[in-house]
Amino acid sequence: MSITIVNPGMMTTVQDQGRVGYQQFGVSVSGVMCPRSAILANILVGNEDGEAVLECTMMGPHIQFDTANCIAITGGDLGPTLDGQPVANYAAIAVKAGQILRFTMPKVGCRAFVAFAGGLDIEPVMGSRSTYMKAKIGGFEGRKLQKGDVIKFRAPKADLPKLDLRHMAPEFRPRAEYTVRVVMGPQDDYFTDAGIETFLGSVYTVTPEFDRMGCRLSGDVIAHKDGGDIISDGISFGAIQVPSSGNPIIMLGDRQTTGGYTKIAGVITADFRILAQLKAGDKVRFQKVSIAQAQDALLAQKGALKCLRTALDPKI
Amino acid sequence: MADVRFLLTGDTSVTVEFGNEISTEINAKIRAFNIALQQSKIPGIVETVPTYRSLAVHYDPEVILYGALVKKLKGLLGQLDNIQIPPSDVLEIPVLYGGEEGPDIQFVAEHNGKTVQEVIDIHTSTEYLIYMLGFTPGFTYLGGMSEEIATPRLKTPRVLIPGGSVGIAGAQTGVYPIDSPGGWQLIGRTPVRMYDPDRATPILPEAGQYIKFYAIDKAEYDRIAALEAGEGYVCKRHPRKEAAE
Repeated sequence: MSITIVNPGMMTTVQDQGRVGYQQFGVSVSGVMCPRSAILANILVGNEDGEAVLECTMMGPHIQFDTANCIAITGGDLGPTLDGQPVANYAAIAVKAGQILRFTMPKVGCRAFVAFAGGLDIEPVMGSRSTYMKAKIGGFEGRKLQKGDVIKFRAPKADLPKLDLRHMAPEFRPRAEYTVRVVMGPQDDYFTDAGIETFLGSVYTVTPEFDRMGCRLSGDVIAHKDGGDIISDGISFGAIQVPSSGNPIIMLGDRQTTGGYTKIAGVITADFRILAQLKAGDKVRFQKVSIAQAQDALLAQKGALKCLRTALDPKI
Repeated sequence: MADVRFLLTGDTSVTVEFGNEISTEINAKIRAFNIALQQSKIPGIVETVPTYRSLAVHYDPEVILYGALVKKLKGLLGQLDNIQIPPSDVLEIPVLYGGEEGPDIQFVAEHNGKTVQEVIDIHTSTEYLIYMLGFTPGFTYLGGMSEEIATPRLKTPRVLIPGGSVGIAGAQTGVYPIDSPGGWQLIGRTPVRMYDPDRATPILPEAGQYIKFYAIDKAEYDRIAALEAGEGYVCKRHPRKEAAE
């Protein structure tokens, strides 16, 4: 009733949709870096949206199945194989007992999400199965996976109804330059007009300083009116912090709940799926949209997920 | 409340900003608004995060869109004077001062020209307002410490500070909720677990409450620590008397 981690890869953690309700106590939300991809993987194997998945980064893990189960892999293409044979991303796959799932090398993007039918037997901490590494809680012993870790299934399914219909086209396409949509604020008034122009008119490069907490960009320096420090306030997923140095940092899953740097804008939820796949050296441009446009895009994405769910498992 | 601003914080949260300074008045308004919001039946609120001068309101746009939410929040602000806000609780936190639990208390005393006992007396004489929590689970940003015991941070931070350590950094005081590195001057330690992820209430302190430290001896420290290791210790608390200010 389990999987064994033969090789943990670079950084593989158990994550769900995040630890909600404890930010007021200083507890980070954590959760998958791409909430949409995780939901898609769960829909493909008939799980609830919020079921925990494995989030794999760049060099993915090697996982031995001690029990048969159906899985789906979404997000970036990290070159998955089953007993050496390439397998499809964005499709439900029936894995037999004894088979080994290996991620061979990153081909497109950098993060993949693996959902297991029936879910992983991980005890929720404060209502979530997400790994929160800084506080060493949640997920598998509060840490990234290591060689030899054994994770049990809750209710594995060797087969699924309509297995051959449980697939879709991969969503992420590599681009020479990514456009990420933002809504301005909460501290856009701390920047000069020229600073705002720089932010919206320049191409930024993703630096290697990119982890689950945030993604540091380099490029044209964004000018403040009077420095980048504020009295600390709340930080949401995708907030773009600009400290006095003038280089932006996008705040991600393991971000702190509060912070004392100006935030010029926030990436819209519909574009988190781009953030999750960025790699060092990738080029990013920011495009300003209105809050109405941002929420329309979000509702359209959610609507598409519901269509897929209804087609595959109308009762969930 | 004409000076309250609504700031876009991505497309799933809004920052309701009450001012641009650290003050007890602003924090009291945030607390009142947060309580009123929790009592209100506004749909789609996911969670709220009080900070020094604002309340971050996280919401679900599938339930309520930005424009409709702000309209409701503004309506709530207008009714704030009519809503009964209970007094803040004062949380009494026992501290074993000095010794190996508070290795820097002698330095704090010498730096300020006081005796160790005077440092303890001053530190335990104030009800500290919890402006907000952040940084790590259960870390409180406290206000109100006397300048008489203010002491700069250590020149070289310690690699490991045990959870429960009570420290001073400049004019701030606070408790390290978990083992962590840090540069605060350590004056004592509480046996009370400010944070325990497996407890029904994982984090003890709440923004808007007050903390009052009181000195205990080693025997009391050990007694409370043993309780915390078992069924748990319940801190004393009482409603704050506003008139006492």
